[in-house]
Amino acid sequence: MVSTTPTDQPRPARRGLLHTNPSVLWFMGLLGLFTLGVSILSEGMGIGVLSTSMVKILGMTLCLCLIAVCMDVVWGYCGILSLGHFAFFGLGGYAIGMWLMYARTEIVIRDSLSGATIPPTEVEITDAVTAQIFGVVGSSELPLIWSFAGSLPLQLAMVVLVPGLLALVFGWLAFRSRVTGVYLSILTQAMTLALSLYLFQNDTGLRGNNGLSGLQNIPGALHVPQSVLSMWFFWASAFALGAGYLLFAWVVSGKFGSVIKAIRDNEARVRFLGYNVEGYKLFVFALTAVVSGIAGALYYPQAGIINPAEIAPIASIYLAVWVAIGGRGRLYGAVIGAATVSLMSSWLTGGGAPNISFGNYRFLWTDWWLVVLGLGFVAVTLFFPKGIGGLFDYLVRKKP
Amino acid sequence: MLRLPRLACLCACLISLTVVLHPVAGRAQSTSDTPLQDVLQSVQAQVASPSRGTVPDVLSALLERDAPGTVEFLRAWQDRGVIERPEDGLFFFANETGGMAELTDIDSGEIVAQVSTRDVNQIRPNAGVRREINAALVQFELMNPDPARRIAALESATRSPDPEQIPALELALASETDARIAARMERLLDLLNARFTTDTATRVDAIDGLRGDISTEARRVLNQLLQTRSDFAQTLPEDANIARIRIPGEDMDLHAAYAVLSDADLFPPRPGRNAIRDVLRANVVNGSVGGVPVHQLNTDDNRVAAYRALQDAGTVPPLVTQADMEAAVAQYVFFDAYLEPDAAVTDAARDALDSTRTRIGAFQALSLSLDALSLASIFFLAAIGLAITFGVMRVINMAHGEFIMMGAYTGYVVQTMIPDYTVSLVVALPLAFGVTFAAGVAMERLVIRHLYTRPLETLLATFGISIALQQLAKNIFGTQARPLTAPDWLAGSLALNDLVSISTLRVGIFFMALMFLVLLLFILNRTRLGLEVRAVTQNPGMAASMGINPDRINMLTFGLGSGIAGVAGVAIGMYAQVTSEMGANYIVQSFMTVVVGGVGSVFGTLAGAGLIGALQKGIEWFNPTNTLAAQTYMVLFIILFIQFRPKGIVALKGRAAGD
Repeated sequence: MVSTTPTDQPRPARRGLLHTNPSVLWFMGLLGLFTLGVSILSEGMGIGVLSTSMVKILGMTLCLCLIAVCMDVVWGYCGILSLGHFAFFGLGGYAIGMWLMYARTEIVIRDSLSGATIPPTEVEITDAVTAQIFGVVGSSELPLIWSFAGSLPLQLAMVVLVPGLLALVFGWLAFRSRVTGVYLSILTQAMTLALSLYLFQNDTGLRGNNGLSGLQNIPGALHVPQSVLSMWFFWASAFALGAGYLLFAWVVSGKFGSVIKAIRDNEARVRFLGYNVEGYKLFVFALTAVVSGIAGALYYPQAGIINPAEIAPIASIYLAVWVAIGGRGRLYGAVIGAATVSLMSSWLTGGGAPNISFGNYRFLWTDWWLVVLGLGFVAVTLFFPKGIGGLFDYLVRKKP
Repeated sequence: MLRLPRLACLCACLISLTVVLHPVAGRAQSTSDTPLQDVLQSVQAQVASPSRGTVPDVLSALLERDAPGTVEFLRAWQDRGVIERPEDGLFFFANETGGMAELTDIDSGEIVAQVSTRDVNQIRPNAGVRREINAALVQFELMNPDPARRIAALESATRSPDPEQIPALELALASETDARIAARMERLLDLLNARFTTDTATRVDAIDGLRGDISTEARRVLNQLLQTRSDFAQTLPEDANIARIRIPGEDMDLHAAYAVLSDADLFPPRPGRNAIRDVLRANVVNGSVGGVPVHQLNTDDNRVAAYRALQDAGTVPPLVTQADMEAAVAQYVFFDAYLEPDAAVTDAARDALDSTRTRIGAFQALSLSLDALSLASIFFLAAIGLAITFGVMRVINMAHGEFIMMGAYTGYVVQTMIPDYTVSLVVALPLAFGVTFAAGVAMERLVIRHLYTRPLETLLATFGISIALQQLAKNIFGTQARPLTAPDWLAGSLALNDLVSISTLRVGIFFMALMFLVLLLFILNRTRLGLEVRAVTQNPGMAASMGINPDRINMLTFGLGSGIAGVAGVAIGMYAQVTSEMGANYIVQSFMTVVVGGVGSVFGTLAGAGLIGALQKGIEWFNPTNTLAAQTYMVLFIILFIQFRPKGIVALKGRAAGD
């Protein structure tokens, strides 16, 4: 027996991320099962119970879950109610959409010109591609921001760099002048509004309100049927969600997580303790913006089309709604909220749900869903501030 | 008066007309029941088949008799509204509907018969005759004893200028007694003379008369005189009225200059990229062109090399190089010449236009400021309710826009019940206040009261209410826009001149905004309620211990803010359209207005609205076709502005600042 004194007592072993957060393991397991299940049931890979469009909807939902996780980190953990994350999501979509549209148009043009007596010059091909893409907005010159559109690696870099840089610059400006609380929300909303107004213009080089279309066709994989492509994107989305979830679970768990939660609860006190509050906030803001951009880059090839209306401020408010309904301050809450609300929205407004008859008045879900959602949202805010995720607390508490 | 001699000579030309046109007192009146028909029958053949030569006869016959209804007959005659009944040769006014003509007696105005159009001869004067009749009509109207008729005639003449009007105007001017109408006649005469006269001195004189005239018509006439055409020649022509000389390579593109020459077949056209490709395509021999294999023709350099090989073989037109173009262009002068050959006239016109430039600039600036002011008052109206709920109470109410919408729909519903627009407006304004006041109070009691300590969640809860209300409005009123019509006295516009005008509705909105500003300042600063509101917002606990009921005050304040939003909604609904989404269009801008102005201060909101309105119009002025760009830059400016003045333009200091 070795006598121990308080001084040389062994320090408690550093416990792993998964050990301190059993929910991560649960989440990963469920996500894996879900992915496996969808793969088996899918039209492209499995027995064909789930149609291709359904697989696409599920894949898009996974992307929305990922951006909801970002929102949860920035709002639920760091206390910044950003109404601008859908702008980063859209920017990621635009960045990948530019390559998808340009490269595919180039392939089509090269095919159509290959039969010509004289092989086309590069300039001729670029001109033809430009005419094809920008004919709708009456422009014949390739805008400067499309300079890299022919290169997949550069555009992939833009998926990360453009939202990241925008978030860095905007966040630096905003946090530096100590804009907080609702003012910051209004400011981020203004940023989103400015971006969507900018994109709505025909002469800013992103086809105005036509947006980018035909994104479901992947250059280099044009012969692959959509049923298979949809599965590729589904897996990529599932992987991105899993990786993003792990990343953020790790970010919010350690000392760093404690600091950002402290910033949420009392920013001034953290600053007095000597922490560089602005740096922490900027890091969280920019990191979540980058991941949102990636989520957008995976979402829009499945949606097939992106236009500036997707970036309008209201989309970002809906994002906050999902997270609040799912439950702030717990990552799985964000996933539950986003999945529940967005799937229910598409089910109920798509006419899938049975309408209810009250005597001679027919209750049409397409008409009343938003009213129910709005009022339900008020109810959640007032009576269940912890959201759906709060229900898990009861489950956990029952265990000894 | 320079014009008198000219007037006299023109008088002579029109002598026959003037004699009959002067309203001579004591002219013998016809005693017959059908005086006009009698006169017309006396010149029956000339009326039934008019020609330019016979019209003066008819006119003189008509005007000698001066039967009642002569003007109406002339107008109908000109408009092909007169027919001849072949049986008896009598004339009637005809009103045609689907192959049937309704015959109206020329003198009595009674409908006499319904006949098929085939059974009557329609009288169709040709263009020359109609112009002749029109000139007579203008003359007749310009000398009408009623000044209002004279002004109307002047206005219609201004709208359709015609050289034939000049003599008529000069005659009328000579006998005009009203100085204001005479001035307008002189101006119209200047406009016509500047455009149509052939005599240089008269034209320059007329153009000088237009100096400083900023009306659209005057500037249009002057600009017309200054129209140019582009041309070229080997040496500068002596007789042309040159506006400017263009030097290729400096103020004219070299390619464009060469294209002009090649279009005139003076030089071979320069083969462009497409032309080269087409030539190469036509000259493929054994898989190569001019010695270059076809598969290598995918660069411009190789294509040009192949083309040169063909050119050397003499099969294709030569490639035009930069040096070729320069040499060709150097042989010619390129210039813009005025369409008007007389240099004196164009100089005078340019002078006259230049003299108006400063005034036009000043008036345009004034017009822009009025637009900005009007936009600012709309922003202010939309934001003033928020200035209370957000500014004073610090409650983020995302449903504010829906209160604006509720007010507008209230106005619409009232209008469907009360047909008189003025009365319905008078009813709608207080009713809109009542409806949205009640809605605001209900919302405060049910939702916001529980969230005073959680401002971010207020934002989300009110957003929930906002989407529910929007969808509810959609379910009730449908998705299409509903009309909310302004009463007639608000529908017109006030015009200072051709450059500065503003619609009465915008003026009304401006005064409404002003009224709200005063009302709100009065309530907040001069009433018991205002005192209690300020006390509760600064320190609810202390206010409560002084005997103020904070719950009641919060409820009333929120109701007031919402009620004002409802009244603003009626105004905005008349200006824009009433849709379920109209509120959402204003919400972000309204919040920005309040934040930029400075939270907590009504004057701040005013300053914010002024700044945003002026800014948006100012940016639009640089690029008037693109309002989206103006909005984008405005929002960017606001984001930057908040960086440097986070508390807005009017920042509260001390305890009132609250943080």
